[in-house]
Amino acid sequence: MDLTYGPEYEAFRAEVRDFISKNRDKAPKRFGVSRPSEESIAWQKLLIEHGLTARTIPKEYGGYGAEPDILKSRIIAEEFTAAKLPMGLANQGISMLVPTLLELGTEEQKKKWIEPTLKGEVIWCQGYSEPGSGSDLASLQTKATEDGDDFIINGQKIWTSTAHASDMIFCLVRTEPDAKKHEGISYLIFPMTTPGIEVRPLKTMTGHAEFNEVFFTNVRVPKKDIVAGRGQGWYVANATLKHERGMLGDPNQAGTRLKEIVDLMHEETVDGMRLIDHPIYRDRLMQLQARVLAMQFHGLRLLTAASKKEDPGIARLIVKLQGCEINHQLAALAIDVLGEIGVLYGDSPHLRAHGIWQHRYMFDLGLIIGGGTAQIQKNIISERGLGMPREPKPAKA
Amino acid sequence: MEFGLSEDQKLLQESIGGTLDKISPLERVREAADKGETQAADIAQALAGLGVYGMMVPEAHGGLGLGLLDAALVAEMLGRHVAPAGFIATAVMAPIALAGAGSKAQQEAWLPKLASGEAKAGAAIAEAASGAREGAGVTATGGKLNGKSLFALEAEEADIIIVADKAGGLHLVKGDAKGLTEVKLTSIDLTRGLSELQFDNVEAEPLSSGDAALTLRRMIDAGRVMLAADTLGAGWMMIEKAVEYAGERKQFGRVIGSFQAVKHMCAEMASELEPCRSLIWYAGHAFDTVPEEASLMAAHAKALTSEVGRFVARTATEVHGGMGFTDLLGLHYWFKRIGLNRQMLGSPERVRHEAAALQGWVAAD
Repeated sequence: MDLTYGPEYEAFRAEVRDFISKNRDKAPKRFGVSRPSEESIAWQKLLIEHGLTARTIPKEYGGYGAEPDILKSRIIAEEFTAAKLPMGLANQGISMLVPTLLELGTEEQKKKWIEPTLKGEVIWCQGYSEPGSGSDLASLQTKATEDGDDFIINGQKIWTSTAHASDMIFCLVRTEPDAKKHEGISYLIFPMTTPGIEVRPLKTMTGHAEFNEVFFTNVRVPKKDIVAGRGQGWYVANATLKHERGMLGDPNQAGTRLKEIVDLMHEETVDGMRLIDHPIYRDRLMQLQARVLAMQFHGLRLLTAASKKEDPGIARLIVKLQGCEINHQLAALAIDVLGEIGVLYGDSPHLRAHGIWQHRYMFDLGLIIGGGTAQIQKNIISERGLGMPREPKPAKA
Repeated sequence: MEFGLSEDQKLLQESIGGTLDKISPLERVREAADKGETQAADIAQALAGLGVYGMMVPEAHGGLGLGLLDAALVAEMLGRHVAPAGFIATAVMAPIALAGAGSKAQQEAWLPKLASGEAKAGAAIAEAASGAREGAGVTATGGKLNGKSLFALEAEEADIIIVADKAGGLHLVKGDAKGLTEVKLTSIDLTRGLSELQFDNVEAEPLSSGDAALTLRRMIDAGRVMLAADTLGAGWMMIEKAVEYAGERKQFGRVIGSFQAVKHMCAEMASELEPCRSLIWYAGHAFDTVPEEASLMAAHAKALTSEVGRFVARTATEVHGGMGFTDLLGLHYWFKRIGLNRQMLGSPERVRHEAAALQGWVAAD
């Protein structure tokens, strides 16, 4: 156990701090709602040039070209968080498509798409889930039929965040209707401006349209815009989902939210008594503090395992389930300590923090369901982590 | 940056675990419980051979001078095997008391003997750690102790007992001191020794050469981390037993472990308990190298692992169905060990209150 970084890393930290002190006035003030603002794009380019984002993406594809070093990535995150500066962009194109193309794309695809995606010039959305295919994603029905050098796509996707503002989509479609369900899927990339695509906003319980539905009617996509081969889509998607699960349930975000609640409980009063002095509320805070701390140390443990290329086994499989659950419980505590004020929303008088805790309480429930539901996570933990048998398939009638 | 165990620590844990597999199987635990042995001589001897009793004793006094994280790895293995052996008082709290507040003469007299396992120590500090029940408490006047202390750990047959008085002072009392009456307390957990000590003008040596208040604090912190680690080990064993049982037991023509209702119980146990390991490791590390965080982390590790331990103990028993409720499988030894750990040295509610106070979140009365 050694929680110091050592001289090489401390020298790197000094470089990051130096960058921050010289450039902090260039950080964007406006980020853009669904597409990055001009300022955000300029900031992103500056960060790439200095190896502070897209750090390990090869230079030829527009990255910085450093050797992978998970500790340096963490130092960058620590310093930017401490300085309250925005990090590099983290949209679905950068987090999911870029790693997938690097691993499985053709040279032409890498050259064409990675650099503009990293720079925030091309925005992507993910076309995976369908109304009839959620947890059982491999049952997806969106059809791609052959027509000369093209596929003709018909069907519907759902839960497509940022579809209305995206330039491109990476999309799973069924190209081989006669193959077994996992083997008939292909991964296509195509512009959202292609004729026949209709995007409808999907309003959620938060009152906002964080997602969309996307409808395809005779959408023509050249066969060459496939990643890996025909029928390889399931394999490609799993390579991508691995990257998504890493994004959900970040323990440091829970740490930040816990601090916000500690401040809230010191500032707010009921009957003139500070909420932090209320023993029952305080006990709930302490219970959550223990869980947040445990997951933060757990994160350090996984980081160490990753840096040594060791498989942490079950310790990794639990992160999405635990992390999302703790975030949800934090939001619940903030609402409860606020009493009636906790239900205020929208632009109500007496609203606290723009109603963020109710928004999180609802949105975080969405995260418990999305990216592999809690129940699917428990299947994965019990089957892959504990070696328990799969549910047998029902006998055919 | 390395948050994890060293090769030496992994080896230590493997060798303790391997030895306990052989010398503390369920049949031996059952035999010891039936006979009322909470310090089985054969197990203690094997542990002494592995240096377990000298881990926390400084090298200058014949010990290994290891840290609390190392001790937590041993405690985890003892919990895993529900070993009827002293450890928390004799190998952890007493060496901390002597090294922290003992005189040179007291250290020389007892630390080498504790390290070798030749002498055993108990600890009577429950009132300081958990609060006084039934008006218990010990007063010290003119080198004599009077009063009573409840829930002393590992005090049966101990050569010395470390006693905390009501004022927070620490004392060393011989196990055979005149005026000392030991009343055995029978708890649910027959693998651990628990006693009431009654003091009637008992001669005691003060442990007053260092900072006694800080030393008592560190005994409590260390004890809490050990109890948490013991529950971690016992809890994981219960999960493994539940998974194994669910993989064999058939109902409705298939193993019950293929039912999602059962799988999800197992997944929930594992995903609640595994983060406790990370917190316990850090609490051990903080005790050794980040003293300003030691008490807070010990409190959180104890409280969280106790809560999760209770959930695991009942859920793993439920996975075993009716068999889990019987004496036949012996699963209840783990259930009861986890139950005892929860109440000792501060219940979850109490230690969470302390954790809040440590951060300045409890207004002074």
